[in-house]
Amino acid sequence: MLDTAAPTVPAGTGWKVVARKELADHLLSARFVVLIGVLAVSAAAAVFAASGGIREVAPDATGIPALFLKLFTVTTDPVPFPFVTFVGFLAPLLGIMFGFDAINGERAQGTLPRLLSQPIHRDEVIIGKFVAGLAVIGVMLGALTAFVSGLGIFRLGLVPEPTEVARLAVWVVFTVVYVGFWLALATSVSVLVPRAATSALVTVGIWLVLSLFGGFIFRAVGSFIGGDDPTAALRAELAVSRISPLTLYSEASSALLDPSVRATGLVSLEQIDRAMVSNLTLSQSLLVVWPQIVALVALTAIVFAAAFVSFMRQDVRA
Amino acid sequence: MAEPTVVASGLTKRYGDRAVVDHLDLELHPGEIFGLLGPNGAGKTTTILMLLGLIEPSAGSMRVLGLDPTRHPLEVKRRVGYLPDSVGFYDQMTGRENLRFTARLNGLPPAEAEETIDRLLREVGLADAADRPTGTYSRGMLQRLGIADALVKDPRVLILDEPTTAIDPEGVAEMLALIRKLADERGVTVLLSSHLLHQVQAICDRVAIFVEGKVVAMGAPHELAAQGSGPEVMEVGVDAESDLEELLAPVDYVREVRRGRLPGLWIVTVERGRVSDLVALLVGKGVRLSSLRRVTDDLEVVYRRYFHPEVAHA
Repeated sequence: MLDTAAPTVPAGTGWKVVARKELADHLLSARFVVLIGVLAVSAAAAVFAASGGIREVAPDATGIPALFLKLFTVTTDPVPFPFVTFVGFLAPLLGIMFGFDAINGERAQGTLPRLLSQPIHRDEVIIGKFVAGLAVIGVMLGALTAFVSGLGIFRLGLVPEPTEVARLAVWVVFTVVYVGFWLALATSVSVLVPRAATSALVTVGIWLVLSLFGGFIFRAVGSFIGGDDPTAALRAELAVSRISPLTLYSEASSALLDPSVRATGLVSLEQIDRAMVSNLTLSQSLLVVWPQIVALVALTAIVFAAAFVSFMRQDVRA
Repeated sequence: MAEPTVVASGLTKRYGDRAVVDHLDLELHPGEIFGLLGPNGAGKTTTILMLLGLIEPSAGSMRVLGLDPTRHPLEVKRRVGYLPDSVGFYDQMTGRENLRFTARLNGLPPAEAEETIDRLLREVGLADAADRPTGTYSRGMLQRLGIADALVKDPRVLILDEPTTAIDPEGVAEMLALIRKLADERGVTVLLSSHLLHQVQAICDRVAIFVEGKVVAMGAPHELAAQGSGPEVMEVGVDAESDLEELLAPVDYVREVRRGRLPGLWIVTVERGRVSDLVALLVGKGVRLSSLRRVTDDLEVVYRRYFHPEVAHA
C-alpha cells in the first residue's frame, strides 16, 4: 500500500519562503551597501543645497505654501538636481540592480532545477523574488526620505505639516511603483537573456535610451503626427511621451509634491486667465495626476506579467 | 510484491519531430535501485524531469507514488528527492543554510528540520564544513551536499541524475554505499542515471540501457550480460606443459586461442554456449584445469554494443 498519508504540501506559502531568502540576500549583499551609501550621500548633498537656498529667501518666504516640500523640489548651485529629479534619475537603477540577475543568476549557479523540484509552484519563485525586491526598495526609499526630511528639519528648523507628510508618503509609494516597473523589466530580461552581465546591459540600455534620447524621439514622432501646426505637434509629442514611464513619473511627482501644480501638459493662456491662485489639497492633486498613476501601475503590471508568462513557459534546462 | 512506486508506460517526449524519449516503459519497486544507463543526450534527464512534473510528456502516462506528476506536481515533488545533474547551491549561504531553505520550502517544522539537517550533514561527511559558505566547497562536496539536500524531505523516491560524476573514486564508493543503505534500510526507491557504467552497475538491482530515447535492454546486470549473442571469451588456467594453441586448433567451435599474461594462462574465444564443451574436452584430454574465468562477465559487452556499435563490430 502506498503511503498516501504523506506530509501535506504547504500550498501557497512557497513564495514567502523564497521572498524571505531573497530579502536576506539583498540586505547582506554588497550592492545594497553600495547603493544606500551612494544614495544617502547624494541625497544629503541635494537637500543641503536646497535648504541653503530656502534659508536665503526665508524672510520673504512667509506664506509660501508647503515650504517644507520645497526641500525636495528646488536646488541651488553647485548641486545640479533637486532631490526629486535625482531620485527619478536613480530609481530605475535601483530596480535594475535588484532584478537583472533574478532568474539567470539561479541558472548560472545551477540552483534553478533544485529550486523547481521543491513542492512550490513555479510562479511562487518569480513572485517571491519580485516582492522581496520591492520590499528592499521600499525600505531604502522610505529610509532615505526620512533621513532627508530629518536633515531638512535640522537645517531649516521647520516642522512639516501633516498634509506635507501625507504628500511625501504618497510620493514614496508612487516612487516604489515606479521602481517596480524597472524591477519587473529587469526580471523579464533576466528570464529571457541567459547571462547576467548581458541582461544588466540590456536593461541599462533601455533606461539610457529612454532618458537620454526619449525627448528627441518623442519630438520627432510628435511633429510627424502634428504636421505643420505647432500646437498640434506639441500635443502629439506630449501624448506619445506618456508611453514612457519617465514622463509619467516626473509629471505625477511634480503634482504630488507641489500643491500649486494644477495641471499637467499643455495649458493655454486663456485657460489660466483669471484663474484663482490657490493650492490644491492632496486629493485634488491626486485627481490631477490620476491618469499618470494608473498608467504607471498598468505598465508595471504588464511588464511583470511578461516576466511571469515567459518564465512559466520556459524549459527548466533552457 | 509491493505496489510499484514509479510506473511509466509509453512515455514519450517529442521536440518537433524528434522523439527525445520514445515509448518508455518502466516499473520501479520500493527498495529497488534502478539504473538508467546511457550516453549523454540519450534522454535520461528528460525522463527524470517528466517524472518530476517539470516537463509535460507528449504522450503516454506515468504514476509516481500513485499520482500523476503532471496533474499533482506539488504532492509528487513533496515526496520525491531529486539531485540534478551538476547541482548548484547559493554560494554565499552555508551548507546548513542551503539545506534549511529546502526544508522551509517543504514546510518542515523548524525543530525537526534542524535535527534532520544535522544528521544528514554527518551522514554525507560534511559536518565539519556545514557552516562554511558553499562557494568554498569542492565539486565533490557540492555533490554530497546535493544528496543531503535531496534527503531533507525524507523522500519515498530518490532520483539522482549523474550522482557520481565529479567525485573522486573513493568518494564514489562512499556515495554508492550511502545510496544502497537508503534503499535497504528505508525502502527508498532509487532511480539513478549515469553514463559511467562501471561505477553504478555494482549497486543497481536492475538497469535499463537507454539510447536515443529508447530502452534497448532492461534487466538485472548479470541477466543482461547473459543476453549477449556474440562469442564468449574465457581465461583458462592450465598446467604449464599443455599448449592449448596446438591442442584446440582442430576444434571447430573455438574461434581463437591466445597466450595470457602469465605462463599457463590462455585466452580462449568460443562460440556462445560452448564453454561447458570446452571444459569437458580439456578434461578429457588430460589437461589439468586450475582456473576458469569469464573475461567479459559484465555489462561492458552489452553497453559497448549499443553505445559504440562500430567498436563492437570491429
